[in-house]
Amino acid sequence: MTTWLLPLPLILPFATAVLAFLFRRNREGRWISVFGSGATLIAGLILFREVWMNGPIAAQMGEWPAPFGITLVADTLSAVMVVITGITGLAVSIYAVTDVTDEMEELGYHAIFQVLIAGVTGAFLTGDLFNLYVWFEVMLISSFGMLILGGKRVQLDAGIKYVTLNLISTILFLSGIGLLYGTTGTLNLADLSRVVPTVDDGLITIIAMMFMVGFGVKAAVFPLFFWLPASYHTPSFAVSAVFAGLLTKVGVYAMVRMFTLVFTQDVAFTHTILLWVACATMVTGVLGAAAQTDFRRILSFHIVSQIGYMILGLALMTPLAIVGAVFYLVHHIIVKANLFLVAGVANRIAGGTELGRIGSLYKGAPLLAFLFLVPAFSLAGFPPLSGFWAKYVLVKASMDIEMWLVAGIALAVGLMTIYSMTKIWGQAFWKPHPSGIVPKLTDMPSHERAPLMIPIIALAAMTVLIGLFPQPFVAIAERAAAELLDPTVYVTTVLGEIAEEAADQ
Amino acid sequence: MRSSLIVQAATRLLVGLLLLFSIWMLLRGHNEPGGGFIGGLVGSTGFILYAIAHGCRAAREALRIEPQTIAVLGLGIALAAGAFAYLAGEQLFTGQWLFLGRTEENYGVPLSNILVFDIGVYLVVMGSVLTLVLALEEEV
Amino acid sequence: MEVFVAIMVGALVTASVYLMLARSVLRFLFGLVLLSNAANLLIFAAGGLTPEAPPLVAEGAYAPPEGVANALPQALVLTAIVIGFGLFAFALVLIYRGYQNLGTLDSEQMRLAEPPESDPQPSTPQMSPMAELSK
Repeated sequence: MTTWLLPLPLILPFATAVLAFLFRRNREGRWISVFGSGATLIAGLILFREVWMNGPIAAQMGEWPAPFGITLVADTLSAVMVVITGITGLAVSIYAVTDVTDEMEELGYHAIFQVLIAGVTGAFLTGDLFNLYVWFEVMLISSFGMLILGGKRVQLDAGIKYVTLNLISTILFLSGIGLLYGTTGTLNLADLSRVVPTVDDGLITIIAMMFMVGFGVKAAVFPLFFWLPASYHTPSFAVSAVFAGLLTKVGVYAMVRMFTLVFTQDVAFTHTILLWVACATMVTGVLGAAAQTDFRRILSFHIVSQIGYMILGLALMTPLAIVGAVFYLVHHIIVKANLFLVAGVANRIAGGTELGRIGSLYKGAPLLAFLFLVPAFSLAGFPPLSGFWAKYVLVKASMDIEMWLVAGIALAVGLMTIYSMTKIWGQAFWKPHPSGIVPKLTDMPSHERAPLMIPIIALAAMTVLIGLFPQPFVAIAERAAAELLDPTVYVTTVLGEIAEEAADQ
Repeated sequence: MRSSLIVQAATRLLVGLLLLFSIWMLLRGHNEPGGGFIGGLVGSTGFILYAIAHGCRAAREALRIEPQTIAVLGLGIALAAGAFAYLAGEQLFTGQWLFLGRTEENYGVPLSNILVFDIGVYLVVMGSVLTLVLALEEEV
Repeated sequence: MEVFVAIMVGALVTASVYLMLARSVLRFLFGLVLLSNAANLLIFAAGGLTPEAPPLVAEGAYAPPEGVANALPQALVLTAIVIGFGLFAFALVLIYRGYQNLGTLDSEQMRLAEPPESDPQPSTPQMSPMAELSK
């Protein structure tokens, strides 16, 4: 029995949060956070290995059998997402050693961060819809706390918009759960996947749309993305990196899960809407980025644009497209978190993120310039970096089913991405600094420099690695996509004998 | 803000009663209406009443520990109670029971990790409600 | 019975949408509270209403009698209420802090985190939260 492995990526961050909070006034707090993140990553890796070798696993909390109790499930997609969460968590908690001020530590930054990680892994591992809602809330309330930690005026302004708009999405999600329970009488995802096709009711499609809007706000798709560029550039850099990397992806994950496992009764309707939402998201995001002049604000709009690609993969619903979506999810978390970390270093040595006020970074810090180019080119889809394969698979998937317009939009948006990356490059790295100084990495003392640069270098190396050796990662994405498109294994893993009995009848 | 003499005098009596009542609620919670959540709410009312009568500073001194710390300790206790089931080789949060002095006709004193979990919930609720209310009270 | 609750949910949503369309973020928050109550009622009604039959197991028995209320929606609503309580308390503190620091409750004037505009809008005199509400 290996089911005891499943709750570990949840317990470890919570336990770390408790310890880190008790030691928040000492310097040990930050190292507890780093070790806790490392342990979470290791637990995630062991879990992934188990799922990869022996197929999906499920655990029933409190030994209440499914579909009555709360189930935790790890299939390939969940396990991969948990590993990526662990990687991002570890990178950001190392970065936070320097980036987070003593004042924020005293308010409990590390504890809130660990609770956020627990919320994210919980959302990836749960097999119960209401439990997913609870994990969303855990994630949401800790992200509220992290967003306004530090209490700058601009953070309060951004916080109010972030909080109010996310609360609306939460309530929509909750209403959807209520209606779904009323129609089907179950909230277990595997059970829903069995029951929903037997309910011959137009209401299911309406509920599906409620979930689409609810998760759409979380995932920041067009036209529901306004809260994201209004808030992601305000908190400290470690916080915005973890937000950019993980939070919107949980929305995307929830959408992928619901629209492959449960709401497949009217694919022609729901997934067509998703398709045009995806295209509009890609275009508006990249156009928004073109109009911005702030390092982090440009990156925030790019998150929106990239979310479009993932939704595109889900909307096409072919095996290859789902492979593309999963690959894109993984690649984008690493790349986007890394870009925000680079922006943090640029802010620290050049004195700002407003592109007009900084410059000379290439002259003073060529290593940083190189480390910016790797994720930036990867984001735009240059070979041989990870983003190239992600985009290639998606464009090929849309061409395979002769969606020429969609493929054209995806390619054009890639070009536009390069445009705004060139803008950052030209303004922040190439042009001379307006005040004449030449910012250098060595301006920082080495004990500050190491925690900032190590995660950036590691994440950039990972991008290159995925780009040069995409085969194993594509194999993982293929397995995940196969499991998503044929949920039989997922359902039998969770429900066990019940499902087999039902199949016999 | 000075509170009236009546509130101050009544508080002296009520705080103790409310805290006792909250613990009674916590302990009866397994088989009858009650439990950690409701107990924590009642318990926090006691301290809130104290804060209204004597001010937030006095209430914080009476608490001795910061309310945030209480909440986080409660989280730790609840988590440990849930993980305790691992030791028995069962799934997380499975109930583990020990009946002290069990005889044929009597179950004796039932002890369980569920009670420990409930104590954790009690502390989480009490700590977080007090954190919020005291912060609001001090702000306004 | 369900029909009346459904009408009540509709009325709550109407009121909350009206409140949320206001410029004052405090009104917006009140609208959100109403909306979340509507969602909770919706779950409760969706689970089926069975009055006067609490899901309690009598002493000595192993199962509740036939026809008791479904306990699951009640548990879900309770969880949702608790979570909502925490979130709204947080949002209230946040809006109050925002009012103290930004000096306004008007969402149109909260532009600090937005890119600077080419022609800055003239700032209007500050108002107390109560005056904003009665507007």
